[in-house]
Amino acid sequence: MDLSAINPVLLVASLMVAATPILIAAIGELVVEKSGVLNLGVEGMMITGAIAGFATAVETGSPLLGFFAAAFAGAALSVLFGFLTQIAQANQVASGLALTLFGLGLSALMGQSYVGVKPPQMSDIHIPVLSDLPVVGPILFGHDIILYFGIALTAAVWALLKFSRAGLVLRAVGENHDAAHALGYKVIRIRLMAILFGGACAGIGGAYISLIRVPQWTEGMTAGVGWIALALVVFASWKPWRALLGAYLFGGVTVVQLNLQAAGVAIPVEYLAMSPYVITIIVLVILSADKSSAPAALGRNFHASR
Amino acid sequence: MKLNKLLTSAAVAFGLATGAVAADDKTKVGFVYVGPVGDGGWTYEHDQGRKAVVEEFGDKVETVYVENVAEGPDAERVMTQMALEGADLIFTTSFGYMDPTINVAKKFPNVKFEHATGYKRADNVSTYSARFYEGRAVQGHIAGQMTESNIIGYIGSYPIPEVIRGINSAYLHAKEVNPDVQFKIVWAFTWFDPAKEADAAKVLIEQGADVILQHTDSTAPQAAAQAAGNVITFGQASDMAEYGPKPRVSSIIDDWAPYYIARTKAVMDGTWESSDTWDGIGAGMVKIGEISDAVPAEIKASALALKASLADGSYHAFTGPIKKQDGSDWLADGETADDGTLAGMNFYVEGLEGDIPQ
Repeated sequence: MDLSAINPVLLVASLMVAATPILIAAIGELVVEKSGVLNLGVEGMMITGAIAGFATAVETGSPLLGFFAAAFAGAALSVLFGFLTQIAQANQVASGLALTLFGLGLSALMGQSYVGVKPPQMSDIHIPVLSDLPVVGPILFGHDIILYFGIALTAAVWALLKFSRAGLVLRAVGENHDAAHALGYKVIRIRLMAILFGGACAGIGGAYISLIRVPQWTEGMTAGVGWIALALVVFASWKPWRALLGAYLFGGVTVVQLNLQAAGVAIPVEYLAMSPYVITIIVLVILSADKSSAPAALGRNFHASR
Repeated sequence: MKLNKLLTSAAVAFGLATGAVAADDKTKVGFVYVGPVGDGGWTYEHDQGRKAVVEEFGDKVETVYVENVAEGPDAERVMTQMALEGADLIFTTSFGYMDPTINVAKKFPNVKFEHATGYKRADNVSTYSARFYEGRAVQGHIAGQMTESNIIGYIGSYPIPEVIRGINSAYLHAKEVNPDVQFKIVWAFTWFDPAKEADAAKVLIEQGADVILQHTDSTAPQAAAQAAGNVITFGQASDMAEYGPKPRVSSIIDDWAPYYIARTKAVMDGTWESSDTWDGIGAGMVKIGEISDAVPAEIKASALALKASLADGSYHAFTGPIKKQDGSDWLADGETADDGTLAGMNFYVEGLEGDIPQ
């Protein structure tokens, strides 16, 4: 065993990278669920975003354009979900699952000619002086811009939900859509916007995997991250900062367990491999012991005639 | 009467015609893949083999394949479906399909099965594998001399004999040329998960490895090595030449095409028999990809010499004296490992650190 081989600075830096796709997708889904809609299609939207972003980045040579395309593709796929559940009144669970399966197939088809292609690199930001600081530099000031976007998004969503009128309306729609409707709020329209936002976030999260974290395209490359993001929203009690904590915890333990393995720690690998899931669940279950609960109208369809 | 006779003869003719069609029915060959054909590694090469079969036999053969089949009950369902659809020969291309293949083969005695990298056979089940460890020996030989940090990172998939053989072979030959070399092994517990493979590669690089060997199928570790800079890698299962000349300095390429063509031919001719094939560099089932210019000429020359000696059988990759990890003797001086021990290898050789997950 040689724990000194683990460099804590690089460890923290790489756990932030590992956590970002989960974080961005989870924040998107959090907003969707706050509006009372359960979209199980996160995985499908993520992988569609992953290939759309990848393809755009390869064709245009600009990773940033890739992320815009990914957001657009994720949102476009979520329109399908929005139409089915909000307009056609289809079951949300079934529609979400269908969206995931559809997204996986669609992305495999779209990605046929992009296998083995190398995407343009997204450069890390470099702030003179700050990025060169020891310890703090690599952790805080040496990442790509999307990672900071993820943190900013968390803060923005938190502030919006907590302090703004728009956030209050969104929560009202999610808690009691009939009351919100009676007050004159357009429940369907608000929910559709939330769904679009969730789709765009999932798309960006997916593109983060294909453009920065891996970076390449392979079929099925999100490998369940969308589901983890979904679970994280529940365990984080629909609170943005807890979602961030959960994502970093999950990403962190994932990276730490690989580090421990490489350092030759004598813990059976199976325990290390399951540790990200176990630790994330335990911590978030403890945190969610307070009285916060799911939006009351979560998963219930709304029709104005009722 | 005349009309009746006409109809009868027409019916007979039609019957004969369909009978004739049935007689030279296409040979249907099924393939079960563990990953997507676009993985650029293991499954990609199996699919190249399938395409070679199509090219060889043209209209006389029909191939079907199913990708991304999970190892377990799902595999059994896919194989059963293929057999029911009239496949004459089914290749199951991952270690984890071993028991499902045996189970399904019992139900379809007239269908021939070929299971890759396994060890369970039946009257209608053959096994085939390649001596990847010969390629690993060449990798270790290059890696041991190329490393400057003396730390070589190894991404293992599952702790099965095939993977352990590869680790042992690479280690022995790295150690031979560089006594100070150290292996850091990470078990990914997946054949194909680009994000996880990339993470594993990054972790190994952060811990000082400047050579990454992988036994997982995607090119993600190659991309991670490229991003890190001064790290070299080897293509796994497929050439992965798009990452050359650096980080990818060479590769192990699986070439299944000759075997697939021969076995399909045997089914067509009715000469197919259950057999156990284990071919290496000599028979062409394992190929060493072009060694790039990033490798100094003298290292390249000695690696090619090692490859040649493995190919003509004058050298065995496991030649004594070799001790096991616990210090007990395994092979005496000059003794070579027998296939039985190699097939079931479940121990590290002396010098490797860590335990094999059980």
